[in-house]
Amino acid sequence: MIAEIGQFALILALVIAIIQGTLPLAGAALNRAQWVAVAKPAARGQFLFVIIAFLCLMHAYVTSDFSVANVAHNSHTLKPLLYKISGVWGNHEGSMVLWVTILALFGLAVAEFGTGLPPTLRARVLSIQGLIGVAFLAFILFTSNPFLRLDPAPLEGNGLNPILQDPGLAFHPPFLYLGYVGFSMAFSFAVAALIEGRVDPAWARWVRPWTLAAWCALTIGIALGSWWAYYELGWGGWWFWDPVENASFIPWLIGTALLHSAVVVEKRDALKSWTILLAILAFSMSLLGTFLVRSGVLTSVHAFASDPERGVFILGLLVFVIGGSLTLYAIRAPQLKGGGLFAPISREGALVLNNLLLTTGAAVVLLGTLYPLILDAFGGGKVSVGPPFFNATFVPLMVPVMLAAIVGAMLSWKRADIGAVFSRLKIAFYITLIAISVTAWFAGSLRDVLAAGGIGIAAWMIVGSALEIAERIALFKGPISNSWRRAIGLPRSAWGMAIAHGAVGIMVAGITASSAWRVEKIQLMAPGDVITVSGYSLKFEGAKPIKGPNYHGERGLFTVTKNGKAVTTLTPEKREYPAERSQTTEAGILTMVSGDLYAVLGDKSKNPAKGGASWSTRIYFNPLVAWIWVGAILMACGGLVSLTDRRHRIGAPKTARKPAKKAADPQPGPVSA
Amino acid sequence: MTRKRRRLNFIILGLLTLGVAAALVLTALEDKIVFFYSPTDIVTKKQIPTNQQVRVGGLVKEGTWKKPTNDLTHRFTVTDLRHDIPISYKGIIPDIFREGQGVVVLGKLQADGNFQADEVLAKHDEKYMPPEVAEALKKSGKWKQTEDAK
Repeated sequence: MIAEIGQFALILALVIAIIQGTLPLAGAALNRAQWVAVAKPAARGQFLFVIIAFLCLMHAYVTSDFSVANVAHNSHTLKPLLYKISGVWGNHEGSMVLWVTILALFGLAVAEFGTGLPPTLRARVLSIQGLIGVAFLAFILFTSNPFLRLDPAPLEGNGLNPILQDPGLAFHPPFLYLGYVGFSMAFSFAVAALIEGRVDPAWARWVRPWTLAAWCALTIGIALGSWWAYYELGWGGWWFWDPVENASFIPWLIGTALLHSAVVVEKRDALKSWTILLAILAFSMSLLGTFLVRSGVLTSVHAFASDPERGVFILGLLVFVIGGSLTLYAIRAPQLKGGGLFAPISREGALVLNNLLLTTGAAVVLLGTLYPLILDAFGGGKVSVGPPFFNATFVPLMVPVMLAAIVGAMLSWKRADIGAVFSRLKIAFYITLIAISVTAWFAGSLRDVLAAGGIGIAAWMIVGSALEIAERIALFKGPISNSWRRAIGLPRSAWGMAIAHGAVGIMVAGITASSAWRVEKIQLMAPGDVITVSGYSLKFEGAKPIKGPNYHGERGLFTVTKNGKAVTTLTPEKREYPAERSQTTEAGILTMVSGDLYAVLGDKSKNPAKGGASWSTRIYFNPLVAWIWVGAILMACGGLVSLTDRRHRIGAPKTARKPAKKAADPQPGPVSA
Repeated sequence: MTRKRRRLNFIILGLLTLGVAAALVLTALEDKIVFFYSPTDIVTKKQIPTNQQVRVGGLVKEGTWKKPTNDLTHRFTVTDLRHDIPISYKGIIPDIFREGQGVVVLGKLQADGNFQADEVLAKHDEKYMPPEVAEALKKSGKWKQTEDAK
């Protein structure tokens, strides 16, 4: 009964979405205020029915209702409650329901908080959101219905892949989707603006917080996924340049470019059509990512058993969304004349450089991801494109972005004196040189010289961001109370930027050190054996059988000492999940600022020489690896701090009121300053 | 600075970036991509390079997986049910590795016809068959049989 309510709610949501996607759009074009007014209640209705469907599905999971096929295929009575709940989006159908739920939530947010928006713009934004909702609801109802019944209902479910039964992964998809769907807001605003034929600073002020929020969520989502891969897969790696990882990384890169270009629209009324293009691309890349993941066209560690019908549906959607929005863009963009002129050496110029490199980087990642498909289509054979390709192409493009970020942040708008900026950055420059020399001194080979460069970039970003803030609050140039007052008065967006840029530096340090100086030891160990890794002695005490709520297995015990002093114990596990008939590896990890000690318990084998059994074990030391995720989280924090900036606060857009009157003007036309 | 001049600057900068990116991509595509071969390809075509990493995929032949005793070397045979390739892999095998299931290995072909794997890629999902493996089985004409066997 509950499942039928869920199904019915989805159908009602689809009907409402169709109304929301058409009436207000037509009303805005024909000047019918009543049709325009439909947008808000429709957005509310759509949210109501979608959340009912979502809760119905969750109810089926929590109560283990195996008469619902989706639950029977993906859940099990023995599963802990958290994973029953996260199991809702741990599969294809459920994850699509989560997608539309978040989409409807964003729609509701625009309807409720968008009171300062010009009414026609708001109606058009909601309409575009409605159309996206129509596409996804139809996709769910026609190809991936989560409420299909099974008759007779099985007594027990198939269970969730145990590798996915993990707290890190429970929250990874919701954050990714918040990011992907968040970009749909920027997309809807962009398309609505193209229909209206105007883009002004007020528009950018409206788009930027949505983009910022989506970007923060996507950053956290990607970081969670990478962290999970690191501790759960037992390979000690944290990024594999896997197609599915790339699918989330490409929208992130475009989203990062969009964040930066939207600032130029807002502050200088320039780069308008470029910003619109980025907004369209960010969401298109999110859809492309969904297509790649869901259609199974690419070999990937994430590959799900998939269905070609779904792939065709999403491909059609992709062609419609990208083709449609780009056509509209081609027709309307020439009308969007930019305002402020600027010299190449200026804040705007630096942001243009940032945008060019980030989008080129995204294009390179996209090319590497799709290249196997393209080559195969032309009969060039089966190939895979892995880390060596991306390291050789993507990394060199990101180096200038990071170097320029610090300089760009200090340049003034319109026209800047680069000499003055360089002299202000003298300290950062010296510290960078010291960092490079010290690192190179302790190392020797070419690989280490490159790594020293990486450490130098990290130092440059961290010190440069700190200098920027120190200068703006006049630290050490007067009484500390004066600096404190300035620090409080400094716009939150300036703080956000410095935090995020510094965080990139922290991340680069982690990436460089853990890639260049990682130590790996694989060996057979009998109880009592000792191995030394990076100064830490690990004594293998043996392994004992364990039993968990829905698994059993073996737990190894290592006692770790350094210079004779006890440090900790590590307990890697090998688990066997009988319900799912599969095994997982749980690494034993000691996280320190200097690096992670990482132990994996492998297969047991007979060892007559040592009078019993021995185990294959794998021990890593990953220097500074935790810095990667600390950096990513700090980056997202920078975004959140920027989000609290006064000019983004709800109710603040008093300045938006004025353009609101202009927008009500029935004759849309280009605005040029 | 006129609008035209500014646009010209952007175009030059953009072309420059794209040029650099294209150069990077083309050199990387030259030597940084990895080709896939089925066991039949390896046995019948003789020109597979031995100094370059390649990927080989198929099913792990039943009854061929020898676990290590004194060192860490796993030995098994990958088959497309027409030809077999013996594989050796030193390290810890992934949890999902099973006899009779699809697998892709990355490594180098040795002069003696053995394949030394640097990585063994088994997949997250047991229902999932790597597309290359499915293709290799289809090519060897044995795809249906494995389906029926299941």
